[in-house]
Parts: sequence; C-alpha cells; structure tokens
Amino acid sequence: MQVSKKHTKWIAFAILVIVSLYIIFPIAVVVMNSFKSRLFISNEPFALPNETTFVGLTNYTQGLMKTGFFSAFGYSLWITLASVFFILLCTSMLAWYITRVSGKTTSIIYYLLTFSMIVPFQMVMFTMSKIANMLGIDNPIGIIVLYVGFGCGMATFMFSGFIKSIPIALEEAAMIDGANPVRTFFFIVLPMLKSTAITIAILETMWVWNDYLMPYLTIGTEYRTIPVAIQYLRGGYGSVDMGAMMAMLFLAMLPVIVFYLACQKYIIKGVLAGAVKG
Amino acid sequence: MEKSIRRYFALFALPGLICFFISFVIPFIWGLVLSFCSFTTITDVTFTGFENYIKAFTIDNYFTGAFVFTLLFTFVSVILINVIAFAFALLLTRDIPGTNAFRTIIFMPNLIGGIVLGWIWNVIINGVLAKFQMNIMSDTKFGFWGLVILMLWQNAGYMMVIYIAAIQNIPQDELEAAAIDGASGWTTLTRITIPAVMPSITICLFLTLTNCFKLYDQNLALTAGNPNHGTEMLAMNIFNTFYSRVGFEGVGQAKAVIFTIVVAFIALIQLAMTRKKEEAL
Repeated sequence: MQVSKKHTKWIAFAILVIVSLYIIFPIAVVVMNSFKSRLFISNEPFALPNETTFVGLTNYTQGLMKTGFFSAFGYSLWITLASVFFILLCTSMLAWYITRVSGKTTSIIYYLLTFSMIVPFQMVMFTMSKIANMLGIDNPIGIIVLYVGFGCGMATFMFSGFIKSIPIALEEAAMIDGANPVRTFFFIVLPMLKSTAITIAILETMWVWNDYLMPYLTIGTEYRTIPVAIQYLRGGYGSVDMGAMMAMLFLAMLPVIVFYLACQKYIIKGVLAGAVKG
Repeated sequence: MEKSIRRYFALFALPGLICFFISFVIPFIWGLVLSFCSFTTITDVTFTGFENYIKAFTIDNYFTGAFVFTLLFTFVSVILINVIAFAFALLLTRDIPGTNAFRTIIFMPNLIGGIVLGWIWNVIINGVLAKFQMNIMSDTKFGFWGLVILMLWQNAGYMMVIYIAAIQNIPQDELEAAAIDGASGWTTLTRITIPAVMPSITICLFLTLTNCFKLYDQNLALTAGNPNHGTEMLAMNIFNTFYSRVGFEGVGQAKAVIFTIVVAFIALIQLAMTRKKEEAL
C-alpha cells in the first residue's frame, strides 16, 4: 500500500514535468529562433542555431525597425496604466453611488452595466469606432474613454458586489461627524475597496495590454500598440519576416513573464476571484 | 445620507456613465438600428427591414460555415480543456514535490495575448508540418486542431487553478471517512470530489465556452481564416464582412446582432444554472 502510493506520486511528478516542458517548449522555440536567420525558421524551427543559421541580433534590429516596437511599448504601457487607473477611479465611485442611492435610475444603470458584460465587442466595434472618430477621441489619450466605458461593466459589478457587503454604519458615522460625501468616499470607503481594486486592476490590465481589435480599429493607422505592431509584421500579401517576428514575440512576452513572476500570488488570486464572481 | 450622496451625481456617477454611453450604450443602440438598414457611410442610410439578416445567410456559405466551425471547435475545446485541467488539479492537490512551481508554470500561458500566442503556434505547427511538405494552410483540419491545441495550452492552466481551489475546499474528514470505509480512488472521485466541486465545473465550463466561442485574436494570427475561409470563426467572419468589402456593413452588423443573441443566450443559461445551484445549497 505504502509503496504503491509512493509510486503514483512519482508517476504524477513525471507527468507534471512533461506538462511543464510542454508549456515552456513553445516559448523556448521562439527564443531560439529569434537568433536564427529567417530563412531557416519556417522549415527547421526545432533545430538549435548553428554557425550557418546564427545571425546574432539582426532579427532584433530588423524587428525593432519594422514594427517601431519601442513606441508600441510606450503606447501599450501608457494606454494600459491610464485606462486601468481611470477604470478603478470612475467605477469605484459609480459603484458606490448606485449601491447607496436607491431608485429606478440607479437600478436601470446597474442592469445596463451587467448587460454590457455579456455583449461581444463585434456588436459595437463598427459604430464605436465611427463615434470615436466623430468625437475626435481616436488617439492614445481619447481611447482611454473607450476603455473606461467598455471595461466599466465588470468593474462596477465587482465593486458594487463588495460595497453591498460592507456595513453602512461607518459611512453614516462619518457623515454625522460632518464629513461630506466626497470625504466619506475617499477616506472611508475607498481604503476598504483595496483588495477588490487589486483584483479588478489585474483583470483589466490583462485585457487592455493584450487587446488587439479596439486599438487596431480606432487608433491603429497612426499609433500601434504591441499586439497591433506584431500583427502589422504580417503586412499585406508579402511573406512574413519570421526572424523579426520571433524577436518581437520574445520582446512582447518578456515584460508579461517578468510581471507575472513578480506578482504571481496576486495575479492567480485576482483571476480566481474574478472568475468566481464574474 | 442618500440625499446628500445624490447631490454629488455629477462627481461620482457622471464620469463613468459618460464613458459608458460613448463606448457602449450609443454604439449598441446605433448598431441595432443599422442592422436593419442599408448603408456605406453614415449619411446614406435607408431602412431595409430584415434584408441584412437574410443576406447574412444567403450572400455566401461562409457565415454558416463559420458557425459550424465555431460550434465544433468550441465543443471539442471545452471538453478537452476541462478534462485535462481537472486531471492536473487532481495531480497538484496530492502534495507532490514542487507543486507551486508546477502551478506557476502551467498557469503562465494564460497571460500571453492572443496575437502573440497565435504566431507562436503558427511557427510550431508549420515546423511540424514542414516535415511532411505541408503547412497550416494546406488543410482546414490543421487549422482546426492547431486552434484546439493553442486554446488547450492557454486555458488549461487557468481552469486548473479554479479546480485546485475547489478541491482544496473539500472537507478533509469526508475524504478520510471514505478512505476508512475502503472506498477506491475512483469511487471517491465520482462520489465525493466531483459532486463537491460541481459549482466550479459550471463556472469553468461557461468560461471556456465563451472564451472559445468569441475567439478572434488567436484565429487571426494562427490562420487568418485560411485556407479559403475554412478556418474562419464567427468573430472573424463578422470582421471580414464589415471591413473587407464595401457595401456589406449592414450585413456585418446583422451578423453581429445574431452573434450577440447567441452569446447572451449562453450567458442566460449559465445564470439560470448557477441560480438553481445556489437554491439547492
């Protein structure tokens, strides 16, 4: 009995090692090929670089030039940080307002926000990009309005779920002591929302950073974020420079992996909380 | 208190609501209206009734094809992802050395964006097929299974994390009681573990269902719908209807409405099922 249990443990361990290799393998292939000449990638992606195929950093310099990767990185970083910040700010206030103020209007708003969570982007993409163009918000600053609007369904839903669970007595005490709603919100309510805010921040960061269609349709012709820059390498009808592609894929993954390893505890917790509540 | 908060509507509610109306409410209503109209620019709109909806199915076979492809892909992927994720979760809740490291690694692909993922697997699948003088464009089945493998690689870790949390919440004494009664591993699994994690199974099934059904980025980067629209999923078919031919924007919008109705229907079933579970508890 004891022996067989130990055996199954090692079999399980072996399976998990194989699975982990299966997860790492594609990433390793990308890294390896980013140092190979583009002529040798399509046919022999699994061969290690050797004297004839090794090209040093050529793919990186080519890729950086063709995609404008650094500016794409800058746009991605700015749009993600600003969108997530304003989503957190706007939706925490909105959620507090619609939870604490009862009435027809606030419940209609709540249902509309919940409904927006299930509507696929394809439903609004055409008209949304037209409106963005008409309002002149089809630029890296204006797109934040679009992200706040499209992201606020889930965020408001999660914030108001949490606000419903905190006792109203604290807020009432603050107001009786003479604090106005602004002070009450920013000094009493907001600090209590911290853990929900971290969860929402993680989910929204993952969405905005990786999003392709919205930046492509609204600002894509002038300003490219990382996903748009990578897809841009495909070009029109010509063949893809797979060398540059490999190098850019690696550069695109690197910050994500570093970020993940640095805060994986929060990320896994956040994703878990988001899945169960959403 | 309510009254004094109400006075601050402009500060608390308005900023979020303005954004919400600009990017969701107005585009949604406008899109719904346009699906019943014929137009190329916003100024030459004429009402045409259900013509766009009929055209969605009759101008070519691609929309129906995409529908079938998406359903098949979703069906196969949802089952594979959940069975495999559940199996990993069972393995990782048995105090095997290195559990945390394994969990970290298996979850990682979930954070990588769809476009990047699609291109990674494009290289790998083409590399394998090159040994047989073929590539991913040679046959639709390569694109189909390529997408399945890709989604499995990306989603299994996510679902696994949810299953692990659920399995760890099963009361230890129930499992011990089963062991004392001499229950086999299989009996414990089917009689105790699976019933106990049923709510998580529902969550994971619907998460993977919507993830697969709405897939776009991975589809675009992996095959872009090739060969000859054979691996085009619904989201991509809608995009192409809108943007690759002039004059079919109304048809694209009608397809998007149909797509939305299907997605909303799935969400409603999920809601009903979770409600029922909560009542049963």
